[in-house]
Amino acid sequence: MEDQIVRMTSRLVVPFIQVYGIYIIVHGHLSPGGGFSGGAIFGASLVLLALSFNLEAGMKQISHQTASVLESGSAIAFLLAGMAGVFFGGNYLANRAAGYPLGEAGALFSSGAVFVITLFLGIKVASTIATLFYNIIEGED
Amino acid sequence: MIEILNALLLLFLVVCAIGVAYIRDLLSAVILFSAFGLIMAIIWQQLSAPDVAMVEAALGTGVASLLMIAAISKTKRAE
Repeated sequence: MEDQIVRMTSRLVVPFIQVYGIYIIVHGHLSPGGGFSGGAIFGASLVLLALSFNLEAGMKQISHQTASVLESGSAIAFLLAGMAGVFFGGNYLANRAAGYPLGEAGALFSSGAVFVITLFLGIKVASTIATLFYNIIEGED
Repeated sequence: MIEILNALLLLFLVVCAIGVAYIRDLLSAVILFSAFGLIMAIIWQQLSAPDVAMVEAALGTGVASLLMIAAISKTKRAE
């Protein structure tokens, strides 16, 4: 199933979708959106690429193995970023007590732990959607 | 004025939902379902929930229909 219009459109659109997803993840504490929304948009771009070209082109962007490792690894990184609060004298997921730098309010790097946690959450959601799609396409294994 | 827009959106939502249930071609049903998701995203925005609207537009319209198209490509298109 090869369609020139679908291929050209997705080739043009996918970089913008990915930049938009990263923007929403990074600005999660300032504007609507955050890790889940941005990760879903980023993962949708990966799935769109694999569906409009073929599975090999999508696998070139992010392979099944890499997606699985990112999915598990970002969950562990989320856990460690939260545990930093416990190690440096505070509660789990502590922000200021854990020593995360807090910048000026309203600036991009102004949220300390929230920025780190949102970033890992976005990676987790995006790679989960990619893994879901690869599992459906490849069948049971 | 805004009430007319909301009423039109809700009417289109109901028409899309009934159409998804009645249409025979599965690919057309998926496209109609993604139209349903898009209208639903605008309605979430009208209900002052931009966060939910963003997730609905990305997951309900994008990923869900892509996954269903993948499932159709593995099976048959007719019901």
